[in-house]
Amino acid sequence: MTLDQIEAGRTALVTEIIGGFRIRQRLNCLGLHRGDRIRVKRSGIMGGPILVELNGTEVAIGRGMAKKIVVTLS
Amino acid sequence: MNRLRRLLIRVMPRKHAEMGAHRKIVLVGQPNCGKSTLFNEVAGYRSVVSNFSGATVEYTRSHVKVGSEIYDLVDLPGTYSLSFLDEAEQEAQKFLLNRKIDVIINVVDASLLSRSLELTLQLTELEIPMVLCLNMMDEAARKGIQIDPKTLSRRLGIPVVATIASKGKGIRDLFETAARTAHEGLKARHIRGHRDVELIIARLSRYLKQNLRKRVSFSTHLLATKLLEQDPFFSDIIEGEDSAVHQTVKHYRKELAQAHGRSSDEVIAAERHSLSMSLFEEAVQIDKPVAHLRDRVDAVLMHPFWGYVFLLSILFLFFNLIFRLGGLAEAPLLAIFDKLVNLITAELGTDTLTGVIVVNAVQGLGGGIAIVLPYLFPFLMGLALLEDIGYLPRVAFLMDGLMHRIGLHGKAVIPAILGYGCNVPAVMATRILDSPRDRFIASFIAAMVPCAARMTIIFGLVGYYLGGNAALALYLINFVVIGLSGRILSRLLPEVTPGMILEMPTYQIPRLKSALMKTWFRMKDFIVIAMPLLVAGSIMLGFIRLWNISDGINRLLVPVTGVLGLPREVGITLIFGVLRKELSMLMLFQALGTQHIDTVLTSGQILVFSVFVIFYIPCVATMGALGRQIGWRGMALIVGFTFVLAMLMGVLTRGAAALIG
Repeated sequence: MTLDQIEAGRTALVTEIIGGFRIRQRLNCLGLHRGDRIRVKRSGIMGGPILVELNGTEVAIGRGMAKKIVVTLS
Repeated sequence: MNRLRRLLIRVMPRKHAEMGAHRKIVLVGQPNCGKSTLFNEVAGYRSVVSNFSGATVEYTRSHVKVGSEIYDLVDLPGTYSLSFLDEAEQEAQKFLLNRKIDVIINVVDASLLSRSLELTLQLTELEIPMVLCLNMMDEAARKGIQIDPKTLSRRLGIPVVATIASKGKGIRDLFETAARTAHEGLKARHIRGHRDVELIIARLSRYLKQNLRKRVSFSTHLLATKLLEQDPFFSDIIEGEDSAVHQTVKHYRKELAQAHGRSSDEVIAAERHSLSMSLFEEAVQIDKPVAHLRDRVDAVLMHPFWGYVFLLSILFLFFNLIFRLGGLAEAPLLAIFDKLVNLITAELGTDTLTGVIVVNAVQGLGGGIAIVLPYLFPFLMGLALLEDIGYLPRVAFLMDGLMHRIGLHGKAVIPAILGYGCNVPAVMATRILDSPRDRFIASFIAAMVPCAARMTIIFGLVGYYLGGNAALALYLINFVVIGLSGRILSRLLPEVTPGMILEMPTYQIPRLKSALMKTWFRMKDFIVIAMPLLVAGSIMLGFIRLWNISDGINRLLVPVTGVLGLPREVGITLIFGVLRKELSMLMLFQALGTQHIDTVLTSGQILVFSVFVIFYIPCVATMGALGRQIGWRGMALIVGFTFVLAMLMGVLTRGAAALIG
């Protein structure tokens, strides 16, 4: 499943980032890598972004982008 | 060493020393790491700090005196890595790769050490003397992160200094260390990762050193790494090389990918990640974090319902306050300029050449200073405070869903909000967006937002003659039309945007000094670009009056005024609205020869006029900003579109007014 399907409050493991250099680069820069454990804090209404907590920071990820992040629940 | 002890860091005024003749200290760090705060602490009023990534787009420089020597201090825009993804990062990368630098100060948010070390590792590959500055140590302690600078220093082979820039702690030590490092030329140790990856990078690096025809100004080791990472910028550098070079790069990429079962860029990124994680684990001890207010505040401000209630209330209060404060300053300032104009008129007369030029120049200046600045200053100041607190990223979060409907994402809401003050800094602010297409649409929107000058028309004409509700309705209609235009535009320019990824910084208590500096920086955009145009436009207006050619212009504009159902005399005012928006209204009084517009125009005509003026063609200053930001063709397109739109809106308003009677 992908990040946009995770409910607020759950923790997930990033198993893959679908996309090219730029997308991976953007996510890596903000501290999101394959193998990272992330927690979904909240998700915006009206197709708004998803707020995740990772490695001590919080990052808002747009829904389109979240669909490219494959995760497994843990 | 004795001299070093008597060190004093202070700013040298620009004129005392020419830039470039000194050793260069460069500040590099990720957005929000406190780099600009550090810079401001030693450099005074020249840089801008922000709690929103991408605030510093161009680099800022100053002089600092460390001991007896003067250094050039350069503050680069925040960058997450040496591969750029937006214009600000590109600026930083260009500087790092091409300029002669004596020492880099890598500023790091200590509370985000593991992520920040990835940039640090890339910087070490530049093979430039470097100091690591662990900033925000207090924030790290709150998060329960205890860092041992000695371990980091030993592993990286460079000095590590802990600072709290916002409290001025450790700054002197930092600059003394930087000065020493520049003199000693101490470069970072190369940290080795997995053998097989290292081997491939080393082989490719050696190959490039021997076979590149073009000389590159940085290490081939860095080039090799970035080529394996498939960075498009670095790939362009070897574009013109022989096909053998390209073959070799491809070969090593494939070798790396095959050995690890994923693409070579992922291998390199993962390598860097694991290296910084292991550094982090070695140097850091994690304790229990102190509970932070953040979660409780966010629970309200980012709430799916209350978040929007707060957003609307904050905006409502914000605009109310600006309007009141601006009003307080406007009247006395106008009075001063009126007196000045009267004085000059008495002295020089209004029919001499010098008289016309001087009087109108002063009037132009007065318009900018008395009508625009009183609203622009509190607006920018308030915005700077909201920005420093860390509220703007939350606004972007809340607005992302809505902004997607018009084909943009949440970050694009920032220039739009700025536009309500003045379109010029708003258009400039579109630089925070990644893709050129997003920047184009956002500039388009920014130029259509009713700025402080158009606000005076909405309140001065519609509000005054038709009531406050009509004024508010006009704002709402404008909002809807902007939304629809954005939607149409994004349909015409379909592109899958990368979507939003935005860091939510922790809330900070804003510092007045930093907010004032940021306000000043943005006001400079208005003063430098818009003011000269205002003065020139005003002088032109004087000549039109002097030579009595307004009749001719009015006749030329009959097609426009006729369709809108407005008296012919109104034509000339539309021309002046292009120079300065509020001039349309001021000129209207003159063109119609009365201060009581309602005696010559019907309510419907007043509304049509206001609607047209609000929507048509951005002012000259905004056009200038648009030209610089999205090119002259894009600007021409916006001018054409807004003109057609304004005609359409004007005719619709005329029809609606006729129906209601």
